[in-house]
Amino acid sequence: MRITEHPILEFLRGEEISFFFNGQELKGFEGETIAAALHAAGVRVLGHSHAMHRPRGLFCAIGNCSSCLMDVDGEPNIRICVEKLKPGMRVETQQGKGCLR
Amino acid sequence: MPKVKETEILIVGGGPAGLSAASAAANLGASVLVLERDGKPGGQLIKQTHKFFGSKKQYAGDRGYQIGDLLIEQCGNNPNVEVWTDTTALGIYEDGVVTAEGQAKHLKINPKKIIVATGASEKMIAFPNNDLPGIYGAGAVQTLMNVHGIVPGKRVLMIGAGNIGLIVSYQLMQAGVEIAAIIEAAPTIGGYLVHASKIQRAGVPILTSHTITEAYGDESVAGAIICKLDESWQPVSGSEQDLKVDVICLAVGLSPLTELCFQADCQMKYVSELSGHVPVRNEYLETTRPGLYVAGDVSGVEEASSAMVEGRLAGISAACSLGYGEDIAPKLQAEALAELSELRAGPAGQKTLRGIMNLMDKGGAVC
Ligand SMILES: Cc1cc2nc3c(=O)[nH]c(=O)nc-3n(C[C@H](O)[C@H](O)[C@H](O)COP(=O)(O)OP(=O)(O)OC[C@H]3O[C@@H](n4cnc5c(N)ncnc54)[C@H](O)[C@@H]3O)c2cc1C
Repeated sequence: MRITEHPILEFLRGEEISFFFNGQELKGFEGETIAAALHAAGVRVLGHSHAMHRPRGLFCAIGNCSSCLMDVDGEPNIRICVEKLKPGMRVETQQGKGCLR
Repeated sequence: MPKVKETEILIVGGGPAGLSAASAAANLGASVLVLERDGKPGGQLIKQTHKFFGSKKQYAGDRGYQIGDLLIEQCGNNPNVEVWTDTTALGIYEDGVVTAEGQAKHLKINPKKIIVATGASEKMIAFPNNDLPGIYGAGAVQTLMNVHGIVPGKRVLMIGAGNIGLIVSYQLMQAGVEIAAIIEAAPTIGGYLVHASKIQRAGVPILTSHTITEAYGDESVAGAIICKLDESWQPVSGSEQDLKVDVICLAVGLSPLTELCFQADCQMKYVSELSGHVPVRNEYLETTRPGLYVAGDVSGVEEASSAMVEGRLAGISAACSLGYGEDIAPKLQAEALAELSELRAGPAGQKTLRGIMNLMDKGGAVC
């Protein structure tokens, strides 16, 4: 959920853009991270662990912990908590460890 | 761009420590390059909306993000300082070359001196289902809320009643989120009582001698079981409470982000008062690897106030070792050391001082 009114801060958001999460079109703002846009859209489960298939979500939000790795425009293991959203981006739940091409 | 970038002083991390180091060294005449993995320098400060505590000299009373902007401006106005954002330092090699990743390129930098100011990372605690989505570090909640303007959920259980737990709870309330409770395993509230009172007056319970026994939920957090602890920190049976929350926020401390120091072969030591493994260093913050300095949370978790002074001290020391400002450096170093002693005069500072004593004493478990 996005904050619309805040006693101290004013949020200067970029232009509204569309991107795709597992094929579904969602809206976000240019300049924010992919994780922020997914969160605002109510998506909290970003993937599953390899061995036990436990759900994985955002934990540190600053690129330290690797809990948020996803497949972005065909590239695996992207830390979506620091990667910025771009128009038309295809963000997908990663299957397995990903493979570099 | 040449294959290897040459610079006099390379600073890894553009938080309060790194930025203060950069302007201090540049003011003495050294050329400085700062690497910051984030898109904007400022470190933890950019997400802090509260008025800072600490001393007037270190901007007490200003809000964190305003202090960050001030430091960025100081560096921006100095022609000797270059800042590369979106650039992550990857390794420090035996010959002194530092590698980094920036804009999907592999970069090589050959500095004469290095200052590591990478800050700290959030600690985790053990309880069943602590890996469920909806469980965040306090810093992550701040980033979502204060940088991106997005609330993490509707109802939060905060774990930890130190200053970070209290401040982030208050910021969640300002953003319209309900706090079910703040729990704290210790028998007393660790943070400042002014913060605690503000929260309690708004009707949020702060439960000391309480812990979380488990989180539950299928694909993400749906609730948590908490219980009371007795004098020997054991769960009191029958005291369990079930809290329906969709967010659990951990504010249980930070640990120094020291991978680069380990990798650079600095001598490291575990010092609990400094929150983890930290590099052994001298009074002027030079580690056991000559020419490699540390400053800020990476050298022991403390506060932004002391991180800024440490940064200044490391910056002056590194510049002076290159022959800059040799006449005034001793005076500036003495001033910084005096400011650090002043900042560490309070009860929290006593713990840091004990930790530093322990660190500089050559005995104990060194690895
Ligand atoms: C909720 C909260 C409230 C706080 N309130 C106060 C307060 O009121 N008063 C106070 O004095 N202090 C406060 N602090 C503490 C203060 O923010 C920190 O102590 C301070 O930010 C530490 O500064 P630093 O420069 O060492 O680290 P950081 O601010 O963490 O900066 C480190 C920087 O290094 C970068 N980095 C890390 N690794 C790399 C790499 N490999 N390559 C490139 N860049 C890298 C990071 O992105 C980051 O920008 C608070 C902290 C929190 C979390």
